[in-house]
Amino acid sequence: MTAASAHGVPGGPAHPLLRRIRKDRYLLLLLLPCVAFYVLFRYLPIWGILISFKDYKPFVGFSGSPWVGLKHYRNFFSVPEAWPLVRNTFLLGLYSILWSFPTPILFALVLNEVRDVRFKKTVQTITYMPHFLSMVIVTGMVISFLSPVRGPLNGLLKSLGRPEINFFADPKYFRTIYIASGVWQDTGWGAIIYLAALSGINPELYESAVIDGANKMRQIVSITLPMLIPTITMLLLLRVGNVLDVGFEKVYLLQNPVIYETADVLSTYVYRQGIRGAQYSFASAIGTFNSVVSLVILLLANFASRRLGETSLW
Amino acid sequence: MAVQVRSRISAFTVLKVLFLLAAVVATLYPLLYMLSISISDTTQVLLGKVGLIPKGVNLSMYRFVLRDQRIFTSYRNTIFYVLVGTALSLVVTAAAAFSLSKRRVVFHRFFTILVVVTMFFGGGMIPTYLTIRGLGMIDTIWAVLLPSAVSTYNLLVMRTFFDGFPKEIEESGQLDGLNDVGILTRLVLPSSQAVLASIGLFYAVSRWNAYFDPFLYLNTPDLFPLQIILRDILQAGQTNVVGGGDTLMVEESLRYTAVIVSILPIIVVYPFLQKYFVKGVMLGAVKG
Repeated sequence: MTAASAHGVPGGPAHPLLRRIRKDRYLLLLLLPCVAFYVLFRYLPIWGILISFKDYKPFVGFSGSPWVGLKHYRNFFSVPEAWPLVRNTFLLGLYSILWSFPTPILFALVLNEVRDVRFKKTVQTITYMPHFLSMVIVTGMVISFLSPVRGPLNGLLKSLGRPEINFFADPKYFRTIYIASGVWQDTGWGAIIYLAALSGINPELYESAVIDGANKMRQIVSITLPMLIPTITMLLLLRVGNVLDVGFEKVYLLQNPVIYETADVLSTYVYRQGIRGAQYSFASAIGTFNSVVSLVILLLANFASRRLGETSLW
Repeated sequence: MAVQVRSRISAFTVLKVLFLLAAVVATLYPLLYMLSISISDTTQVLLGKVGLIPKGVNLSMYRFVLRDQRIFTSYRNTIFYVLVGTALSLVVTAAAAFSLSKRRVVFHRFFTILVVVTMFFGGGMIPTYLTIRGLGMIDTIWAVLLPSAVSTYNLLVMRTFFDGFPKEIEESGQLDGLNDVGILTRLVLPSSQAVLASIGLFYAVSRWNAYFDPFLYLNTPDLFPLQIILRDILQAGQTNVVGGGDTLMVEESLRYTAVIVSILPIIVVYPFLQKYFVKGVMLGAVKG
């Protein structure tokens, strides 16, 4: 009775829900700033998607602007850039998965074979580091290294007697540059999670494999990889679900108008039309199209993986 | 037979060491190259004679960069955004994570879904921009500090960690008359320093590197963080040679010096804090 009255003060609210709120009031208080954050900076913008169905005019405001249905969505698909933008976004995402998804796995497998702890630690410390460099630095570095003016890569080409290449003036190099710099930056860091999974494998499995005469390759194929499958599926699922979430920052920092043919993606186009061109409704229709398709792909990927095996995001 | 097995193993060893050394060289080469240019004599750089080995070492570029008013102001701004922003993020995240780790709380499920949904769907650039504008935050420090205050991923990692906190200790705290806030601040947080360090470091690095929010929401140069100024410097013409007092001003030297100055704090502390970063990833991997 005393314990109960400590929480439910006599004469307190009678309704059970109110009583529970009262009992948990400190926990709810702790949650309040976070909920305010999500409402203001995550859910108000989701609500704001409605402007893509309106003709938003800044001076009449959100509620004063007239509804126009799917006009902006239709308009987007009638501009000539629509298809190239979708293609570029999709291909950049797809090639990123193809190249930068397997490399950390390979890297972890090799690193896992190293017995010398100090060598292993040193390699890890060095290769994790680029992950912490900002996009501004990585892209600035790439542009500068590939520059026709004293860029070291063109210096190398010249010393080999090859003609120099202006990498940022020809659309055919953009995807390679984008993906290679991504591999450079995140291969080491991406390996951490696999190394953790690898360290959990029971060494007895390898010992008995050695007794059965299995060589290193055989051990990797028959023991190591199968043990990694759950981790790999999980991460692949997330990556596939994010295939259209090509980050704005890196593409924007690397692109220039000469190579828009391959280097312009939905998010950078949204930025130019929306923020710089102030066509808020049109631009947010494109952004919304992008997010909805992303979400559908994620749900499909999750559904497929649930069908094929046990792994699911939720 | 035995000989064959041994030779195969050593070939494998050679291959793996070569592979890893290649990775190390590929990682370090660009950074060392930039360092070398930044401390070399600008005339040598201009002649294209400097590679990995610096030539005519002098620190005139560093003197020039550190005296630059834009760099100084933006550096100070970045330090402010990192300190205040990380403190804010940690307080909000830790409080909410503790609350979300208690399944008995009213609306627990509702709040969890509220948070998780945002990992998969958002308003996008334009509606977010208009929201920030509607809140009157454009061109204020709040637009840099608040919209990135909570990372859902970090929040969920911390919640998973708090889930594992021994219930007996919390119960004994209750018996001592502590309320939930007291349990968090007196019992849970003091024994969660490792996770606070990990999550705090992730927040700090992302604030140090933040470009998108300041780029989108700030107009006044006095508020710009370092990354914005760095971008300006990196983007400046590739061929300009400006006379800067006695020394030749080579854009390349200037660019790389600015890069080194901006990454120095991270590079210097990183080897000591690496274990906390790795721990953070591991914590996240537990629940996925």
